[in-house]
Amino acid sequence: MTGSTAPPAPFTGRVGRADAAFRYATIAAGLVVLVVLGAIAVTTVRRALPAFDLMGFRFLTSSRWDPNADQFGAKAFLYGSLVASAIALVIAVPVSIGIALFTTQVVPARWRRPIIYTVDLLAVVPSVVFGLWGILVFAKVVPGFYDNIASAVHPIPGLRSLFGSSHGRSYMTAGVILAVMITPIITSLAREVIDTCSPSDREGAYALGATRWEMICGVVLPHAKNGLVGAVMLGLGRAMGETIAVALVIGSANNISANLFASGDALPARIANEWGEAEGNWRAALIGLAVTLFAVTILVNLLAAFIVNRSTAKSQGAR
Amino acid sequence: MATVSLVAIVLVGLLGLTGCGDESGGGTDTLGGRLNGSGATFPKTFYEVAIYEFLKQHQATTITYSGGGSGKGRTDLQENVVDWAGSDGLVKDADRVKYKGGEFLYFPTVIAPITVAYNLSGISELNLSPATIAKIFQREVTAWDDPAIVAENPKVAAKLKGGITVAHRSDGSGTTENFTKFLEKAVGTNAGGAWKLKSGSTVDWPADTQAGNGNAGVSQIVKDTKGAVGYVDYSDAVATEMKFAAVANKTGAYVTPTLAGASAAVEGAKINDDLSYDPLWADGAASYPITAPTWILVYAKQGTATQAETLRSFLLYLLTDAQKLADSVDYAAIPASLAARAVTQLDRITAP
Repeated sequence: MTGSTAPPAPFTGRVGRADAAFRYATIAAGLVVLVVLGAIAVTTVRRALPAFDLMGFRFLTSSRWDPNADQFGAKAFLYGSLVASAIALVIAVPVSIGIALFTTQVVPARWRRPIIYTVDLLAVVPSVVFGLWGILVFAKVVPGFYDNIASAVHPIPGLRSLFGSSHGRSYMTAGVILAVMITPIITSLAREVIDTCSPSDREGAYALGATRWEMICGVVLPHAKNGLVGAVMLGLGRAMGETIAVALVIGSANNISANLFASGDALPARIANEWGEAEGNWRAALIGLAVTLFAVTILVNLLAAFIVNRSTAKSQGAR
Repeated sequence: MATVSLVAIVLVGLLGLTGCGDESGGGTDTLGGRLNGSGATFPKTFYEVAIYEFLKQHQATTITYSGGGSGKGRTDLQENVVDWAGSDGLVKDADRVKYKGGEFLYFPTVIAPITVAYNLSGISELNLSPATIAKIFQREVTAWDDPAIVAENPKVAAKLKGGITVAHRSDGSGTTENFTKFLEKAVGTNAGGAWKLKSGSTVDWPADTQAGNGNAGVSQIVKDTKGAVGYVDYSDAVATEMKFAAVANKTGAYVTPTLAGASAAVEGAKINDDLSYDPLWADGAASYPITAPTWILVYAKQGTATQAETLRSFLLYLLTDAQKLADSVDYAAIPASLAARAVTQLDRITAP
């Protein structure tokens, strides 16, 4: 900058027109997303209306799902979706952040790539593969573990109701499989966020005599905190929407139970299971489940967008 | 001019290819058209085998069957998305107006027993009455040594022990519909009242039961779980080597599920004018009481003459020669008298 006195010549002519065209093109591209989203919302809500008319608010507050009697209460499925996703997060978040910290802070550089590739590979395995593995292998061996846990915690009043008897297909089984599925996503986003922590900050911490653990706790995690929450939210979004793997292992029971080892059902799983035979109000009610899922997923994504935006603004403000 | 001569050349070429003096066009080899179907998964194996054999003789025709469930088949036919629909159940009177193509016809194709499969070590013969089955699936009877079960099985009473795990379908299914219809008919509100869950392609099962996707899913649960019981289509039960119960029929006789028992049930059922009939809980000492029917639904008025002709030949094949294939894929053929009535009904498929 030193020595230069004349301001740079302003862009004119064709360059200006190209800029305008680019601007409109990007606005159009952005609008397409909104229009498609809006169109999906309008058409699904319209086709779900017969069920909403029939049930009113009881669509969300009732847990009686009996197509023969025209009763469609989605509470148990909403509950199952939330519980299985919550279990998935409880398991996947510490593991994912652990892997991310390991690959960025701990592991020697030449081992870094292979580990990252391996974790990312998990993300490309189709969900039905996880589902089949879950039903043919995992759900068969877990009842033994579940029974051991159940008898171990039986004397403890609070835990007794959380960990009861089981057949293998349960919220917990679905949650564990979802955890495996969302770990690569959370890991990869968490790694990117942690990588943005500037080396000078980290070296500063070392210079002050911090150990690696103190450096991670004092510098890396506070810097990445908000971004990590965004990564977790995106993982949650995927867990909520996962259909086939959950349909195969959650047990498909219209059930609300505090027992995490009991069978339940989730919104997308119920749609996939019953779509083929559904007609009339029943079909409308299944579309209603889709609308509910759509609304919950949008809420989660908005929350994620909000947190990510805030984290960006904050980190820029700090510079 | 150039286009006209090109068309002429192509036409001459085609005549030359199909030629061989057959100018009438009436031979089966000239059958064209395209028939798309969807619907019930229960008869899908049979339809696939039949379509494969039919298309060997009629290579200019295309016929598809995509499955998806009886409800999907009926909805697709309503919206004119498919030309033929497979359905394990009948259309409700209130829904008839929704069919955009007007009047439709039922063509019965095959039948098959639904088995009550169980997993009990050391027991290879088990007798169950409809009332006991109803109590088991409603979780009113939860142990194998319950007096209701022991009374029907005095020979193996000592080996009957442990809790019962009930397995049912997680997906909506014609199999569930026929199984629950059987219970409703045999022990429902009008017949003693032991069965309270009504009937339908899915019902409000008790929460402490297990659900599996498709016949394979239910078989899996029964095979994996000691003391489990579930309802499974005959062909899947045979394929997975399950043990299944003999079920008491209307005369009180315990009948093991076999294709012959299914045929006997249709013989004992009343056939309506539109070829609908109900082989569940049928008369006759040899009838297996849980016998499931299935139909093909088509519109009486077809769009074009080709379409109507193709549909008639395909259905004629299903009702005659293809019936001999049914056994090989574990379905029972429909009785000859019923097939003959269905063949007569083919004349009602017309083109404008």
